[in-house]
Amino acid sequence: MKTIRIALVGQPNVGKSMLTNSITNSKLHVGNFAGCTVEKKQSIFRYKEYKINMVDLPGTYMLADYSVEEKVTSDFLKNESYDIILNIVDSTNLERNLQLTSELLNLDKKMVIALNMIDEAQKEGLEIDDTLMSTLLNVDVVKVSALTKTGIENLLESVVHTYDNPKKETKFFFGEVVEEGLRNIISHLEKHEFSRDVSYRQIATGLIKNDKHTYHQMQHNPIWMTLQQVVQDAVETIQKFHSDDSMLDILAEESMAFNHGVMEETVSNIHKDKTKETLTSKIDQLLIHKVFGLPIFLFLMWGLFQLTFEVGSIPMDWIDTFFGWLGDTVGATIPNEQFRSLIVDGLIAGVGAVVLFVPNIVILFVGIALLEGTGYMSRVAYLLDGFFHKFGLHGQSFIPLVTGFGCSIPAYMSARILKNDKDRLLTLFIIGFMSCGARLPVYVLFIGAFFSTANAGNALFAIYMGGAFLGLLAAKFLKMTAFKGVDEPFVMEMPKYRMPSFKLVWQTVKLKTMMYLKKAGTFIAAASMLVWFASNYPHNEVLTQSYDVKIEKAATQEAKNTLENEKNEALLSQSYLGSIGHFIAPVFEPLGMDWKMAVALQTGLAAKEVVVSTLGVLYSLGGDVDEESNSLIQRLHDNISFASAVAFIIIIMIYLPCLAATIVFTREAGHIKYAVYLFIFTSVIAYTMAYIGYHIALSFT
Amino acid sequence: MSIIDADINQEYIVKRLHTQGALRQRLVSFGILKGAKVKYLNHTALKGTWEIRVGKMHIALRKEEAEKIEVLPV
Repeated sequence: MKTIRIALVGQPNVGKSMLTNSITNSKLHVGNFAGCTVEKKQSIFRYKEYKINMVDLPGTYMLADYSVEEKVTSDFLKNESYDIILNIVDSTNLERNLQLTSELLNLDKKMVIALNMIDEAQKEGLEIDDTLMSTLLNVDVVKVSALTKTGIENLLESVVHTYDNPKKETKFFFGEVVEEGLRNIISHLEKHEFSRDVSYRQIATGLIKNDKHTYHQMQHNPIWMTLQQVVQDAVETIQKFHSDDSMLDILAEESMAFNHGVMEETVSNIHKDKTKETLTSKIDQLLIHKVFGLPIFLFLMWGLFQLTFEVGSIPMDWIDTFFGWLGDTVGATIPNEQFRSLIVDGLIAGVGAVVLFVPNIVILFVGIALLEGTGYMSRVAYLLDGFFHKFGLHGQSFIPLVTGFGCSIPAYMSARILKNDKDRLLTLFIIGFMSCGARLPVYVLFIGAFFSTANAGNALFAIYMGGAFLGLLAAKFLKMTAFKGVDEPFVMEMPKYRMPSFKLVWQTVKLKTMMYLKKAGTFIAAASMLVWFASNYPHNEVLTQSYDVKIEKAATQEAKNTLENEKNEALLSQSYLGSIGHFIAPVFEPLGMDWKMAVALQTGLAAKEVVVSTLGVLYSLGGDVDEESNSLIQRLHDNISFASAVAFIIIIMIYLPCLAATIVFTREAGHIKYAVYLFIFTSVIAYTMAYIGYHIALSFT
Repeated sequence: MSIIDADINQEYIVKRLHTQGALRQRLVSFGILKGAKVKYLNHTALKGTWEIRVGKMHIALRKEEAEKIEVLPV
């Protein structure tokens, strides 16, 4: 079977991921790696007798190395091996999209162009002659729509056809003066029979463009001695002709002129219907209004957190009941007491406590997916940039920061859109202040225990906003001390508003939810059992017996229950986990926390969901007897003071998100020392803020 | 004049970009270069960030960056 390796390239917002979905979905196997758009994603599928390996590259406006995303794409296209470039363009904005296309044509590879969103273009009254365009550019041009799934079959057919046939000669031309310069360089290379892996034209274009990579390669070559002069002559002639010394501008201008020519011949606007355009402008009049823009944004965020709490709490009761029933049913079938306790109190209680929060997580993820999918996200970056700038952050930091509300891992990765290293590091350091989805269960649990239902949504909103605001202050502090430096320019596209495809949103949410559940089933399950073991062993027979004797002698049932509770408490206290807890407890004593809370905070370093399951195990072992306080929420309410709950929440808000995130952070920041800094930085702030919060809360109660 | 001194919703032609390096590349990659038609549509309350339009694209940029775009009335 023949394998075709496709490089999927396009500008941002051209519906690339949706098209990938449309192609691969109808062709079964999808190798969808979780992660984020800045990493290249691969999907492998079969089409007829071909195995197609499609590499989805990050969207880029030009083959530049302005941002990490752009670098990933242009490095891949220039250095890696692939068979065909599949260039996705937005049919409704051909002029802009063809700019990248012309750069791709210059790479001199086999190529297919997909005119995506053709349905939208038709609605706007744009008629595109794909046959003529194909002739003019001498590459296959196929009309497709990822949304309505039209043209997908034709596109694959074109890819296969292009693969099977020899490469056609590229018909992209700059102006005559530039072409002459290129010809001179190419013939010089030909004359010296320069051996290479890329085409002469690509080398020549790279040289006159002042492309660092090409220069680097050529300078180490003997031919450079004579070639240098040829290049210099060509560049000088071009500059003189254009009376401009920026080759970047000249080449951009010339390819724009070429594209304009192509557009003139192939695109006709049959009726000047601009409804789509005015719709975006109309929405923008409200959403990015000078005065109301920001309040509207805050209101929307507030609404999201209200919804997360209100709607999310409905199925929670069912899930809670289900795990209670499961524990009882499974427990009844296990005769061995120790083993039963492991399964019921360790595994089921721990995993159940985490699964309980799936509804909240789903709502939060849907909200974030909508924010991303509609185009509203970049509007918010526009609105917030001025404010962010005052805190030393870049408007585009907003995107990783919002992603951080979902999960810190993709957030760390998406910080790559910031080019400036200091800006990027600064953003990396404060992403943790944005409370991730995994912390939500802890908040929901504590809010449930200490706030009335009416105030729950507000409390949640306050926690998230408080964390974010603290993050801004931390950014300001870091910008003034550790990350001083020049500001990166803020130039960003605000794409058209689009209704995000229901399917794409659903798939994103499903993927993230499945990851959460998978984590609950594997990592959390193992951690829960570990916590159970550490809290049940070593056995202390003497202690058990002495309590059993006392319980035997107790007169009333009430006294027996009290003693039973005391026994469990004493046993827990002398377990491995109890010993660790007592060892670190003094550190957390000024915050009014008992050793159980101290332990839960430590296990939270592995993952925040483990906090919930640890509390579940620790507090369920301590109070199995009292039937009335059965739920964990009730137990927390009974055992923890309001002030120490506040301190606990504040620490959860600020300290390291989880082990996996810390590893990704280290990788993205580039050195282990940053992870150490992050640990110290967040721990110090967390402890200080918790101490302040504890004392404020004490003075109120 | 610079685009931030231009009249709102009026079309102008880019005369020069008073910047080099990364910012210039970024502007050019959005199609903001000599001869391009641009107009400014909006700015935030404190005039810190501006929204301009080139071709069919809406672009947000800071005052400091917008100032670098010299334009002429059509």
